[in-house]
Amino acid sequence: MWIYEKKLQYPVRVSKCDPRLAKYLIEQYGGADGELAAALRYLNQRYSIPDRVIGLLTDIGTEEFAHLEMIATMVYKLTKDATPEQLKAAGLGEHFADHDHALAYHNAAGVPWTATYIQAKGDPIADLYEDIAAEEKARATYQWLIDLTDDVDIQDALKFLREREIVHSLRFREAVEILKEHQGQKRLF
Amino acid sequence: MEQTVPKEYYQYLHELQAVDFALVELTLYLDTHPDDAQALAQFQQFQRRKQTLMHQFESNFGPLQEFGNSPVGNRWTWSEAPWPWQV
Repeated sequence: MWIYEKKLQYPVRVSKCDPRLAKYLIEQYGGADGELAAALRYLNQRYSIPDRVIGLLTDIGTEEFAHLEMIATMVYKLTKDATPEQLKAAGLGEHFADHDHALAYHNAAGVPWTATYIQAKGDPIADLYEDIAAEEKARATYQWLIDLTDDVDIQDALKFLREREIVHSLRFREAVEILKEHQGQKRLF
Repeated sequence: MEQTVPKEYYQYLHELQAVDFALVELTLYLDTHPDDAQALAQFQQFQRRKQTLMHQFESNFGPLQEFGNSPVGNRWTWSEAPWPWQV
């Protein structure tokens, strides 16, 4: 069961209409290393992971949905007042033809999200290493997005998200060490 | 729809977001360090603060959670705007 909380995890301030920036940000909405992929990856892996790390996957997976909502808020606000002409000029003409001003789970190049972006191997170490890599790739993407804009309000929200990837990566690294310790111990059942 | 909300909305919300951030961070930390008594004590301290701030926010601007997790009052306002991406 999940409970929705009617607030963003961190303030998202958008002061202008900038569909070109929205086109880049959608990478973290429906891209390979985006927030949807992250949330679905962790919440799917947790069923077959050792008990000791189920809580961590559940909580990080849940936090990813809060990040997804932050990205959606940025994209929504950056595009909501854009005319079809402005969207076309920003390279979102194809998006408009299919979705009008609605959001869609695709990457910056318009490629739809696919479950092939995520894996659950049933091997705890393999899964956690994938999770660490996913966090590092998302961190890098946030850095490239920060580099692509001079909008300080958007940069502020993106920097928050970048820092969260670093913390998640650290926690997953600790989870690997916890599992390694357990593997090394002789246990009697 | 763009919504106009009083500036207290942002003040209360910001305070709540700050406390919630500490709680999210401590939650993940405790997931991998469940025996850290100091972190647990911090968690409890922030949790008490969150309850106060939630009560303050909800009595002014309506429920933050539903499915029975927030007070409803005498009128159903949960499904009313503004939603987080509208403010």
